[in-house]
Amino acid sequence: MAELKFIKVGAQEREPACCGPVQSAQQSHAREEEWPAWVTGTLMTDAGVIPVISTDLTASDHWEHLKCRTSSFRNDYSVAPGLYAVGTPDRNTDVFVSANYKLSFDALRKALKGLSAWVLVLDTKGINVWCAAGKGTFGTEELVRRISFAKLDRIVDHRKIIVPQLGAPGISAPGVKKVSGFKVCYGPVRAEDVGAYIAAGYEATLEMRRVKFSFVDRLVLTPMEINPAMKKYYPAYALIMLAIFGLQPTGIFFRDAFSGGLPFLLLGLTAILAGALVTPVLLPFIPFRSFAVKGWITGVLAVFLCMNFIPMAGRVNSVLLFFTYLFFPLASSYVALQFTGSTTFTGMSGVRKELKITIPLYISGSVVSLILLLVYKLGEWRFI
Amino acid sequence: MKYLSNTASLEFFPDRCVGCGMCVEVCPHGVFTMEDRKAVIVDKDRCMECGACAGNCAFGALKVDKGVGCAAALINGMISGGEPSCGCSGENKKSDCC
Repeated sequence: MAELKFIKVGAQEREPACCGPVQSAQQSHAREEEWPAWVTGTLMTDAGVIPVISTDLTASDHWEHLKCRTSSFRNDYSVAPGLYAVGTPDRNTDVFVSANYKLSFDALRKALKGLSAWVLVLDTKGINVWCAAGKGTFGTEELVRRISFAKLDRIVDHRKIIVPQLGAPGISAPGVKKVSGFKVCYGPVRAEDVGAYIAAGYEATLEMRRVKFSFVDRLVLTPMEINPAMKKYYPAYALIMLAIFGLQPTGIFFRDAFSGGLPFLLLGLTAILAGALVTPVLLPFIPFRSFAVKGWITGVLAVFLCMNFIPMAGRVNSVLLFFTYLFFPLASSYVALQFTGSTTFTGMSGVRKELKITIPLYISGSVVSLILLLVYKLGEWRFI
Repeated sequence: MKYLSNTASLEFFPDRCVGCGMCVEVCPHGVFTMEDRKAVIVDKDRCMECGACAGNCAFGALKVDKGVGCAAALINGMISGGEPSCGCSGENKKSDCC
């Protein structure tokens, strides 16, 4: 058995980064001083130098996690794939597999506090375990490749790797065993249960094997529902509404645009919040299983509340009222349907079925809405 | 929480099942349980078609039309005429390496 010892190595001792026959974590960092703050040292093994990582998250890590939950910062928040060490692992220590999305990686290293472990990080293009498994980037091929790149068979004597349960959609345990010789054991769904899983003799309880979708789970997802919807639809919608209300036979009037358009800008905002915030948060309490229906119901209620609390500046005639109750609930429904991509329980066949029914409704609803606005405008100009 | 009923494409072939329990282990929604050393589907409506069970069954006892239940991805797929893609799983990113 080779002895493992901590050493500090210079840059020249490492192999060139990328594209070589062997690639592991440490090679992605050209120089030691460029290593991230969470690398606390190095470990010499038969297969090269392995970075040792901290199991403590810093204030900076937490700040980055917050940015991930609220902005596109999450799109480029990754760690170098390869093998890492936690504590003082040896040839009999467990190997845990993770994704190279730093939020996933951080959850695992935090959960390994006080333990010794090897952490094999797959290149999932900075995407979390479950989503990457769904797309196959957290997959059999990548796992087998990383085992080989890291020369795992020279680092540990056992032939077992612990893969998070949510990696299973991308992994074929029989396939990995066949190609690499390593037996895949599925660990718990949540990294925080890893300690309890080990303590229980590598047995996950039923509780550890289930995906939940609690109030908090849903709430933390809503900023990234609201944010893209606001960016994608709202500016164009606001411009159209302001133009419609400002347009007069004699030109465009800003006063008319704002006095007439403002209530509708608020209604547009309400529809987005109804679909992207209220529907996800109250998901189990809104009747029916269809997300489109849930979003529509929330939308109707939100519009009703708005119509009774936003002063409409005396502009709501029957045509605009019809437009309001047609368009905004549909918008809320459409936005709520997008949340299917963030839930833990919606399947492709179901979403496909919803889309098949609702897309024609969204399109025809939008066309009728536009016609109603046109009718309103022509009426205002006394053409009809 | 459950999604639409009777839509999941999950199929189970009991005659191929050897009762290894892998499907019970990997399913995140408790769709399966073990009875008399064989897997049984307890509640198919809980299936989200992630494909974990079918991909890990060494005996081909499970089949599922695997995919992401994501409206944005399916809409993009309809528009482009290609595979469902929401662009949020790194498909559009360049590889870091090679």
